[in-house]
Amino acid sequence: MNSSRTAWLFLTPALLVLGVFFLLPVIAALVLSLTDYDLYALANIHNLRFVALQNYWALLHQPLFWSALGHTVYFVAVGVPLSMGTSLGAALLLNSPLARCKPFFRTALFAPVVTTVVAVAVIWRYLFNTKYGMANFVLGHLGIHPVDWLGDPHWAMPTIILFAVWKNFGYNMIIFLAGLQAIPLDLYEAARIDGASAWRQFRHITLPMLGPTLLMVSILTVSGYFQLFAEPYVMTEGGPLQSTTSVLYLMYDEGFKWWNLGSASAVAFLLFLIMFAVTALMLKLARRGHDGEPA
Amino acid sequence: MNPRLAKALINGLLIGGAVVALFPLLWMLSVSFMQPGEASALPPPLLPAHATLGNYRELFVHAGMGRYLLNSLAVSSVITALSLAFNLMAGYAFAKLRFAGRERLFQALIGALVIPAQVAMLPLFLLLKYIGLVNSYAGVIVPAMATVFGIFLVRQYARGIPDELLEAARIDGAGEWRIFGQIVLPLLKPIMVTLAIFSFLAAWNDFMWPLIVLTGQEHYTLPIGLASLAREHAQDSELMMAGSVITVLPVIVLFLAMQRYYLEGLLLGSVKG
Repeated sequence: MNSSRTAWLFLTPALLVLGVFFLLPVIAALVLSLTDYDLYALANIHNLRFVALQNYWALLHQPLFWSALGHTVYFVAVGVPLSMGTSLGAALLLNSPLARCKPFFRTALFAPVVTTVVAVAVIWRYLFNTKYGMANFVLGHLGIHPVDWLGDPHWAMPTIILFAVWKNFGYNMIIFLAGLQAIPLDLYEAARIDGASAWRQFRHITLPMLGPTLLMVSILTVSGYFQLFAEPYVMTEGGPLQSTTSVLYLMYDEGFKWWNLGSASAVAFLLFLIMFAVTALMLKLARRGHDGEPA
Repeated sequence: MNPRLAKALINGLLIGGAVVALFPLLWMLSVSFMQPGEASALPPPLLPAHATLGNYRELFVHAGMGRYLLNSLAVSSVITALSLAFNLMAGYAFAKLRFAGRERLFQALIGALVIPAQVAMLPLFLLLKYIGLVNSYAGVIVPAMATVFGIFLVRQYARGIPDELLEAARIDGAGEWRIFGQIVLPLLKPIMVTLAIFSFLAAWNDFMWPLIVLTGQEHYTLPIGLASLAREHAQDSELMMAGSVITVLPVIVLFLAMQRYYLEGLLLGSVKG
């Protein structure tokens, strides 16, 4: 019996699917990004021309690309720390020996994660309605003037960030909770005997012990947040004044609204390169920080 | 800090957090039973004055929500069944079957995780257009039939199966498929449940790819149907909340019923990313 042949038989269906419907398209995307594939080429492939790096060059000179990138970076730079901070805070609360009804709170805090983005984005659109929304109603009682959350270019992205934090924090909370539970209790015991305050215990035991988890979670969250699309699609349609148009939104519009598939592929590849560079940089910085620490 | 004060503070914060997490969902449920226009008032009403199922009736009778619901159920179920089968086979092979280049191939798959799925979407659309699968259920299903994440999850779990067990079966003359079906699969049951829930939820909630590949209403899944309704009926909050309930309720119920498996899978999948 040839065990290698068996293995390949078991692998074939999955590898075929991944190869034909993922790997092949990724390579094709690279090729496509070097052509001027558009509506005319879609109708007749003979209209297709090779343009080398022109799509990339044109994008780098297009204000819309830079503003889309700016909005995405804004979303990542503010959203990821806020999201992870909320997750860590919630995990610390749930991990506290003083907390009651832990299973209930864990489920309640996690619930938004399993919901459908589109459906809950629709809910938020009404909760943050300028005139009748609950958010402005509550703020009104605190004496704060109504905010045009999704209609004001300055507020639309912060509102989407708040939404994303609400929707996503539960996921990392579960991972942090598992990480916290893996920290040996006698470390805290020893620190308490030495008279270390709660803050110093957090700073010198919890954070270092959680280090690898924090790094992994931040890399995964950064990659996820770079792929912002459904939230602005449903909540703001990329507006107002394109203030919530993300890179993927731009790719979607470019590709499937205007059928500039060549240029849209270049957008996709630029996003990929940027994500790759950012996560590689994070890994490198983390490693250097680690080496710098006394053993 | 005083322990009683600390206890009150911690539990108070947890209650506050739970309220923030759940309020939008409960509000959605409540508004979905309100009369048209009722929610657009000041102060914003919390409970319907005269509860009605009218919004749901309107959605199912006139807005095609029943069709979207069935589409979502069918597409998500088929994706779950097929991806489960393919991922189980591949994950088992990577964990327990010996072949040249096994580790390198697996590393390559894990490496492919850095490529965001959206990079593949434009050529994938052209490919499916060429095969004739644009605007069909198959167009949504086919690219989701295997996932690196699923293969990874199964491999991690299947590595715990003792080799002696499989060797003993081989010595007894059992064929590889029989070993897989009668020995391996029963041992993989917990991870099968976990993976099934993950796949179903991911398929149900998926937005961007179905939005691209489904061009006609008759094939819309719930998220796409809901997004399109939300653009048409931007002012009808009660109707839209009923639509959101229909979209979200099935996955919340599934999650509540299978929570343990779901959270285990989440942790298993995040070990070493």
